[in-house]
Amino acid sequence: MSDLHLVELTSQLAGEPIRKGFGRGLLQAGKDNSDVVAACADLTDSTQMSLFKAEFPNRFIEIGVAEQNLVTVGSGMAAMGKIPFVSSYAAFSPGRNWEQIRTTICLNNQPVKIVGSHAGVSVGPDGATHQMLEDIALMRVLPNMIVIAPGDSLEAEKATLAMAQNKHPNYLRLAREATPIITTADTPFEIGQAYVYRQGKDVSLIATGTMTYQALLAAEKLAGHGIEAEVVHVPTIKPLDDETILKSVKKTGAVVTAEEGQIAGGLGGAISELLSENHPVPVKRVGMKDRFGESGTPEQLLLHFGLDANHIALAAHHVLSNKTT
Amino acid sequence: MPKLPIKRLETIANEIREDIIRMLEKAGSGHSAGPLGLADIFTALYFDILKHDPKNPDWEERDILLLSNGHCVPVRYVTMAHAGYFDKKELGTLRKLGSRLQGHPERTRLPGMENTSGPLGCGLSQAAGMALAMRMDNQKNRHVYVVMGDGELDEGNVWEAAMLVGKEKLNTVTGIIDRNNIQIDGPTESVMPLENLKDKWQAFGWHVIEIDGNNIDAFIDACAMAKAIAEKPTMIIAHTIPGKGVDFMENDFTWHGKPPDHEQAKKALHELRTLGGKIRSEHE
Repeated sequence: MSDLHLVELTSQLAGEPIRKGFGRGLLQAGKDNSDVVAACADLTDSTQMSLFKAEFPNRFIEIGVAEQNLVTVGSGMAAMGKIPFVSSYAAFSPGRNWEQIRTTICLNNQPVKIVGSHAGVSVGPDGATHQMLEDIALMRVLPNMIVIAPGDSLEAEKATLAMAQNKHPNYLRLAREATPIITTADTPFEIGQAYVYRQGKDVSLIATGTMTYQALLAAEKLAGHGIEAEVVHVPTIKPLDDETILKSVKKTGAVVTAEEGQIAGGLGGAISELLSENHPVPVKRVGMKDRFGESGTPEQLLLHFGLDANHIALAAHHVLSNKTT
Repeated sequence: MPKLPIKRLETIANEIREDIIRMLEKAGSGHSAGPLGLADIFTALYFDILKHDPKNPDWEERDILLLSNGHCVPVRYVTMAHAGYFDKKELGTLRKLGSRLQGHPERTRLPGMENTSGPLGCGLSQAAGMALAMRMDNQKNRHVYVVMGDGELDEGNVWEAAMLVGKEKLNTVTGIIDRNNIQIDGPTESVMPLENLKDKWQAFGWHVIEIDGNNIDAFIDACAMAKAIAEKPTMIIAHTIPGKGVDFMENDFTWHGKPPDHEQAKKALHELRTLGGKIRSEHE
């Protein structure tokens, strides 16, 4: 859609790791507000917190490999009026420190910003231990928590700036590998907003994070079969933009969700909950189905686990055949 | 606030013990031993050591007191009421629906309650975060105190925080370990040995002071010493008697997590009022 200022879908899209956008966003947030501080658990370059550290060494704390301490120190800083961004790999934070996040951050409704990098199977050769798939489910069930999975690095940058401006706990999910940049500086981003990236009437492809690009490719493939797919990008999984999603689904009557994580409790879970209570239609969820990842190249793994445009298109054919009208 | 004589503080501590018994009996659930053992320390903190203002709990220059072992919160509620944070009548609402006095403390419910705790091992990390924020803001005249249980030291999170506070030399943090040697499953040294506890903290870069935690004078001295040491943080290992002041509760780990019934409360209050039979109660 033209007012979203998206990049035209071609095979030569520039790519950049989503975490790079976070690094730039945090640096800017630090310049905009002196209360923004940062802490990291021995992964400062990897999570791109290094930009902030270089500019504001006195506002950065190296915690060491101690993720429980990482978020709980964040809680203490937030109690003193700071807006702490705390980062590690998603498998460790929020993977290892869920209870500390629950008790010391969410129950207090404190503005600690938890940044989990290297989420999804596209982490690649590091294997299952490092491919965080359950983070969306873990964070989504916590009261007061906002959950964001940006679709590209530019959106991650905007999301980081928006996170610095709200007073609540936030989780930001980042990916390791280069992801095609599908938005521009002018593309809007607001926490809690879903965006219709492509209009269609036959089926809604509802995607988050790295899978939005794949959903756009799938829509292109479906168009070749005369199917008009609508692509809804959902960067904020909680709070979910019920209105935009329901509007799309009421029009199309069939849904495919797509995410690079467990469908149980993830975006697929969230959309299914929304639809079963408000507007039940056939749904197919593309994502990890109650299993762990393994080592491989990102491309191999996405194909192996069915996390690509072809599988989204296949799922779309399936829900269309189950459509009642 | 003019300093009170030690004798007066001891009297206040005993009154706080009586109110702990009353509130726990009324609540019908809660922890007895720890709060009774900590009454002297909390009295000293609120009536002598802390820079605070009960009428302005968010005062920006206040010292911070964190209670890491949240199950001991009855002693904090009672001491806060005695110090003037809220009316003592509210103590009767402990653990009741809608109360600001939750079974385990919640920061957002009660002004002056600096942290939410219950799940163990988090207080020292929060103290570190607060002290780091104070350092960033160049607030040199504030101090962070954190009370921890000894059984709580089983939590790995504590030692992550111990390393960080030691590394950053956060001398504005003073830890207080309630060394009462009991936890739910039995004596700490049989559940999970903690000794040599002093050596452990020293190895993590802390100055360690070991005292009788039921001696108010000794505790006030230790806190003054902690503030005077600029090079490193201080851990006060305060040896306390769990159930202090009530003979049938003292040093009995089965009193960790239960309240007195009506008859037990009557007996406990009599003991506290007569200081274990040494004096005559005016109430009876």
